[in-house]
Amino acid sequence: MDLILEQMPIVIRSLNVGFLQTLKLFFVTLIGAFPLGLIIAFGSMSNFKPLSYFTKLIVWIVRGTPLMIQLLIIYYFPGLVLHKPIWGGGETGRFLAASVSFIINYACYFSEIYRGGIQGIPIGQTEAGLVLGMTKIQIFFKVTLLQMIKRIVPPMSNEIITLVKDTSLARIIALQEIIWAGQSFMKGSQGISGAIWPLFFTAVYYLVCNGILTVILGRLEKKLEYFR
Amino acid sequence: MPILEVGHIRKTFENTQVLEDISFSLEKGQVVSIIGSSGSGKTTLLRCLNFLERPDRGVIRVNGETLFDSDDPATQREAEIRKKRLHFGLVFQSFNLFPQYTAIQNVMLARQLLAKELPEYKAKKKELYGEIEKQAKELLDQMGLADRMNHYPHQLSGGQCQRVAIARALALTPDILCFDEPTSALDPELTGEVLKVIRELADKNTTMIIVTHEMAFARDVANHVIFMDDGRILEQGDPKQVFGNPREERTRQFLSRFNQE
Repeated sequence: MDLILEQMPIVIRSLNVGFLQTLKLFFVTLIGAFPLGLIIAFGSMSNFKPLSYFTKLIVWIVRGTPLMIQLLIIYYFPGLVLHKPIWGGGETGRFLAASVSFIINYACYFSEIYRGGIQGIPIGQTEAGLVLGMTKIQIFFKVTLLQMIKRIVPPMSNEIITLVKDTSLARIIALQEIIWAGQSFMKGSQGISGAIWPLFFTAVYYLVCNGILTVILGRLEKKLEYFR
Repeated sequence: MPILEVGHIRKTFENTQVLEDISFSLEKGQVVSIIGSSGSGKTTLLRCLNFLERPDRGVIRVNGETLFDSDDPATQREAEIRKKRLHFGLVFQSFNLFPQYTAIQNVMLARQLLAKELPEYKAKKKELYGEIEKQAKELLDQMGLADRMNHYPHQLSGGQCQRVAIARALALTPDILCFDEPTSALDPELTGEVLKVIRELADKNTTMIIVTHEMAFARDVANHVIFMDDGRILEQGDPKQVFGNPREERTRQFLSRFNQE
C-alpha cells in the first residue's frame, strides 16, 4: 500500500497526459462525426438511387466490421501495402489516422440515428411549412431540426458514452492515450515497473468522465422537454 | 371575373385514378363546401390547389393569372411554386402546428421569414417585426385566443390548436383559404368552437373552400356546394338545391342519413 502511495504522483501525472490525448480524440471525433453523419444520413435518404445504395453499402461495411480492424487498416494499409505512408510518423501520425478512423466509424452510426430522427417527424410538419411559403432549407432549420435533435438526444447519449470508452481501441496503433499510459508502468517507465494497478486505475478516469457527460446530456434532454 | 377557376383537373397515383375532370369556379368572398364520402378525392383536390400534388392534367387560375397549366411547362417551374402557394392557405385536419413554437410564434414564423427577403429588411427590421407581431395578436384575438398566445401546442386543446392553425394560415393573407376536414380530429364539443370561427370568417367575406363531413355546416356556411364521388364532381350548385333536392341518385343516397336527422 505504501508503495502505491509513493508511486501515485508519478502515475497520476502520466495518466493525465494520456487522458488528455483520449479527450482530444473524443472531441475531434464528435466534431467530425456530427456533420459527416448528417451528410451520410441525407445520402442514404436520397431519391437518387445510386447514391443511396452506395451510402448504405458504406454504412453496412463500417458498422459490420470491428473498429479495431478499421483502425489497423487505415493506419497501416497506406504505408505497408501502397508504400505511401500518408500519416507521417510519430504521435501526430497516429493521432491523425485514429481521428479519421473514429470519425468515419462514428459518422456511420450517427447517420442511422439522424435518419431515424428525421423520418420520425410527421410529414405534416414539412407540408405545413411548404404551404406557408417556406423553402425546404428554411423548413429544415426552423421546423424539423429542433424536433430531430429532441428525438435523437437519448440514442446519441448512448453513442457518445460508448465513444469515450472506444477511444481505448486506439491503443492498438500505439496512440499514447490513457490505456497506453497505464500499461507503460507494467513494462517499466519513470522508475516504476511491474505495476499493474495504474492500468486498473484508468477505469476511474472513464467512469468520472462518463458521469459528467451523463449529467450534461440529461440536462439537455430536460431542456428540450418544453415541447412535445 | 372569378377569383379561382379550376379546369379539367386529373390526377392519378400509380394506376389509381384519384381525380377526373374536376372543374369549378369561385367568386371573391364566396364559400364553397365540398362533400362526399372518404376516398372521393376531396383532400387530393385541396392538395393540388396548394401545390402539394401536381395534377396530371388541367388548369388552375387565380384572379385571371394562370398558376398551373398542364399544357404549358412555363407554369410548372419548381422555383415559382413557392410564390404561387401564397395565393392559397391550407388548414389541415391534424393542425400540423410547429410544436417547438408558442401559438403566436407559429402565427408569425412564415411572415418573419418572408420579411427577410424584402430589400428593406435590414433598414426596417424593427418596424416589420412589430407589424407582424401586431397582426398575429389581432388574429389570435379574433380566434378567441388572446389569453393563449404564449402557450405551446401541447398545452392547448385540439380546438384551440386548430384555431391557431387558422390564424397561422390567415397571417399570410391568402386569396383563398382551404380547409381539409378541419374538425375531423375533434370531439363534438370542440368542433363547435372551430366551426364558429369559420362561420365568422364567412361573414367577413373570406373566400374559402371547405372540405367537411359536417353536413349542416356545409349547407349553412356555403354559397356553393360540390358533391364529389369516386374522383369526379357528380353534382354542384346552390346548397339548398343540392341538399334539398339533389339531382343525382348517388347524392340522394349519400345525404339520406343526414336528411333523416
